[in-house]
Amino acid sequence: MPDKKQDLIDQTLQDLNNDGVDRRGFLKCMAWAGTGLVWTMSGGIPVSRAFAKGYGKDAGKGADFTFVQISDSHIGFNKPANPDVAATLQTAINKINAMPQKPDFIIHTGDLSQLSKPSEFDTLDQVLKGASAKQIFFVPGEHDMLSDNGEQYLQRYGKGTMGTGWSSFDHKGVHFVGLVNVANLKAGGMGSLGNEQLEWLENDLKGRSASTPIVLFAHIPLWTIYPDWGWGTDDSEQALSYVKRFGSVTVLNGHIHQIMQKVEGKVSFHTAMSTAFPQPAPGTAPSAGPMKVPADQLQRVLGITDVNYVVSGRSLAVVDSPLGDAGASASGTASTHLSVVDPIHG
Amino acid sequence: MTRKNMWVAGVATPVMIAMLLLFAVSPSVKASDQPSAANAAVKIDNFVFGPQTITVPVGTTVTWTNADDIPHTSVSTEGVFKSKVMDTDEKFSYTFTKAGTYPYYCTIHPKMTGKVVVQ
Repeated sequence: MPDKKQDLIDQTLQDLNNDGVDRRGFLKCMAWAGTGLVWTMSGGIPVSRAFAKGYGKDAGKGADFTFVQISDSHIGFNKPANPDVAATLQTAINKINAMPQKPDFIIHTGDLSQLSKPSEFDTLDQVLKGASAKQIFFVPGEHDMLSDNGEQYLQRYGKGTMGTGWSSFDHKGVHFVGLVNVANLKAGGMGSLGNEQLEWLENDLKGRSASTPIVLFAHIPLWTIYPDWGWGTDDSEQALSYVKRFGSVTVLNGHIHQIMQKVEGKVSFHTAMSTAFPQPAPGTAPSAGPMKVPADQLQRVLGITDVNYVVSGRSLAVVDSPLGDAGASASGTASTHLSVVDPIHG
Repeated sequence: MTRKNMWVAGVATPVMIAMLLLFAVSPSVKASDQPSAANAAVKIDNFVFGPQTITVPVGTTVTWTNADDIPHTSVSTEGVFKSKVMDTDEKFSYTFTKAGTYPYYCTIHPKMTGKVVVQ
């Protein structure tokens, strides 16, 4: 059985686009989780490089706009390795507020809460209120729809959305689509979008020019990372078939509490760190339960993601930064911030 | 020793012993008379229902206990039973009164599946 698992990992992490991100390179990326990773896309060709010292200051410079992804806040979780998830979310917000280029908005890719409790959502709201970016878009994680089929989540965070909370919007020429793949999950399956949402997505994208950059975001990865742990979405192929004709597609997910990326044609997939607790790499632990790390290392495995977008180059640069930079004494969490910058040619 | 104390020593103690014996004996009497009092346990550990298939006689109460740091549910695939969300160390019990096979899963982590076979 270990061989089968290894095969799956290799299959997932092989160098699909001859972009240097093979399994070994990928594991290196994982090691960078503590120091950050710059992810730049130019005409569908991804270039990744270490998050060099000082780069963070310039990240987003020259970008037409920047937005930030945060994920998996799990407000209400209080066990090792993080007894205070509100504090690490606060650190993430502080980090966002300190960004040189103010993000236009924030995307939260789900698992806002641990148990969908009103008090947990209240705490989340309280912390998010302090963010410099006032507009926040949400998609639910499975933890946000625990007891009431997501009714409370929808009331609080899903105003104006369709179905179980999906929606789309345009921002400065980029089309964003938030998808829900945590509702009505079937026994034995993984994440699921369902026919109603797929139909909606097809219609939503119909008639848009192929040169429109597309950003899809959802909680569970829209690519199969590790089926044994349910890290994938059963009907994501169908959804991805609708974006194939577009020149630039970025898929942002959470759920697995670690950075993973893959490029397939013009579609680039990316998962963000959690602001609450890390999870093990696929197959490296008996289960996907919270990974316990020493307190002084927690900030390195939590983070945010920046995305910078430059209209002229139609490219997105994704920068993951941990909450606590190496050597920093302040506590930190990770957020994902996406900014589009001038394409960096490798 | 006062008279009162002697009463306690001489009379109350045997009474108490008799009561204790009664308590100790009564559950086993119940269990043999009423099979419905049978219990079985499923432990949720590392995202797995253990044992994954449990076979029990009709009338058994099965209790699920979540030993993970992550919440789980235990929900019948056919709508027969549905637990609330079980956080760490929380439990859910259901008494099976009819023979049959009852598949179930965790609605939060649907890869987690199990089966109760009632005979």
